[in-house]
Amino acid sequence: MNKTILKTKKLSAYFGKEKVLKDIDLSFPEKKVTAIMGPSGCGKTTLIRCINRMHELIPGATITGNVYLHDENISALNPILVRRKIGMVFQRPNPFPTMSIYDNVIAGYKLNGLRLPKDEMNTIVEDSLKKSAMWDEVKDTLHRKGSFLSGGQQQRLCIARALAMKPEVILLDEPTSALDPKATSKIEELIVELKDTVTILIVTHNTAQAARVSDFTAFMYVGELIEFGNTSKMFTVPDNKMTEEYLTGKFG
Amino acid sequence: MRHTKFRIAANRIFQGIIIFLSFIIIVPLFLIILHIVVNGISAINWQFLVSLPAPMGEKDGGIANAIVGTFIIIIISSILAIPVGVLSGIFLYEYKNSKLSEVIRMCVEVLMGVPSIVLGIIAYLWIVLSFGSFSALSGSIALSIMMLPVIIRTTEETLCLIPDTLREASLALGVPYYRTILKVIVPAGFSGILTGILLSITRIAGETAPLLFTSFGNPYMNLNIFKPTETLPHLIYVYATSPYKQWHNAAWGASFILVVFVLGLNFITKILVRR
Ligand SMILES: Nc1ncnc2c1ncn2[C@@H]1O[C@H](COP(=O)(O)OP(=O)(O)OP(=O)(O)O)[C@@H](O)[C@H]1O
Ligand SMILES: [Mg+2]
Repeated sequence: MNKTILKTKKLSAYFGKEKVLKDIDLSFPEKKVTAIMGPSGCGKTTLIRCINRMHELIPGATITGNVYLHDENISALNPILVRRKIGMVFQRPNPFPTMSIYDNVIAGYKLNGLRLPKDEMNTIVEDSLKKSAMWDEVKDTLHRKGSFLSGGQQQRLCIARALAMKPEVILLDEPTSALDPKATSKIEELIVELKDTVTILIVTHNTAQAARVSDFTAFMYVGELIEFGNTSKMFTVPDNKMTEEYLTGKFG
Repeated sequence: MRHTKFRIAANRIFQGIIIFLSFIIIVPLFLIILHIVVNGISAINWQFLVSLPAPMGEKDGGIANAIVGTFIIIIISSILAIPVGVLSGIFLYEYKNSKLSEVIRMCVEVLMGVPSIVLGIIAYLWIVLSFGSFSALSGSIALSIMMLPVIIRTTEETLCLIPDTLREASLALGVPYYRTILKVIVPAGFSGILTGILLSITRIAGETAPLLFTSFGNPYMNLNIFKPTETLPHLIYVYATSPYKQWHNAAWGASFILVVFVLGLNFITKILVRR
């Protein structure tokens, strides 16, 4: 059995009075890729935003239940610390437009006012860009604005920015839905490579993508967890009828 | 086919009307500027810019005191209005729906509509009377109140245009809220905020009414902000309404300088907006 790094216990999320996540119990295995799937509006984004405590930033949004990182209850931790340990990449690439590529990668440190020696920063930037497979493309233009990059490059820059904080978990919310097939396959390769070092949770609508990159899959429907298991098993013999219908494109 | 021809003809007619109407608006504007330039340039020379007004009847006076005074007053107004305005704008953006925000928004609306002379009277009652003297400071206070609504509004509007994804990107990196605002949101809106500041300066640069009972006027050079101070608009007002030909010329020269200054600021603002 795989070691669990992240766990939700009876996790429910609300927008005002509306309950959009219903008693989710999930255990995410360490250094694996877990895909979160389900029809639009079922609460996938909300789920991962509860995990790094971004959900609570929306006015009126609350949760009940608990999330544990290494058996530590994250609601007992400083949210700022949680977000440094659990990085996030959004659907639309969102590099900081006023910053250079270099500054974007190191932004997590600079914006937090953490001062590092120059060569340590250089190392972090180089390592992160290498991990996100774009060092060779940008190593000569590190001091140009990040907003000049292509969409796919911008998204990999955002991944590098998250990696620079040396997180234990990375949350990817439909990271390729705004990208063309070529950029998508590049990011998929990257995800597979990254799982040696970090745990990855990826929300995706693309069943083929989930099959390609993930080890485990969670299937959700209107705020409930329907099924969780080994991706290869779930894609061949799902336990639940609904999962099967979704995966074969009967609804969604 | 006839249909198309008709449309083309209608199109032409409309175009003609629009061009004609724009012309009607632009021509007087051009004439005004031309008039100021023609009359103004002849009054301007180096010594007009650097010397003080000559006593009545003597030649070769200048308007150095008014130029310096105007700059002093603009600088003090900016020092007063920019921090308050920008911070209020950030506050409105951050606390969109709070009670206090609604009150501030209403004040901004009201301030936009208050005639500038009323602000002058208020500054007179509060500052001039309590200090016992007309002063650059009181004029600056009146003008800074005029700057506020413009700065507050443009700051808020600029910040609202910044995509939420940017703020989320920063928060998701574990950057605390106030640092996100100061280091990500405000820099992203910097050119917009600067535009608002420049606009507010163009708004006050030519104001005369609020200065009549505040900074008043002064035929000498004055750098003391607690003393009466000459300004370009006030000097133009006094000179233009005087019976002397020589003062009329000086008024044209001062007008020209003021117009160049305001157009210059507008020009810079345009460039900033385009970026
Ligand atoms: N800011 C919000 N305020 C109120 N309700 C919201 C908000 N964001 C999401 N919701 C509601 O919460 C539910 C779950 O939304 P969520 O964004 O988590 O879905 P999702 O599975 O990520 O969908 P998609 O696949 O379209 O991204 C939806 O019913 C949505 O209407
Ligand atoms: Mg979503």
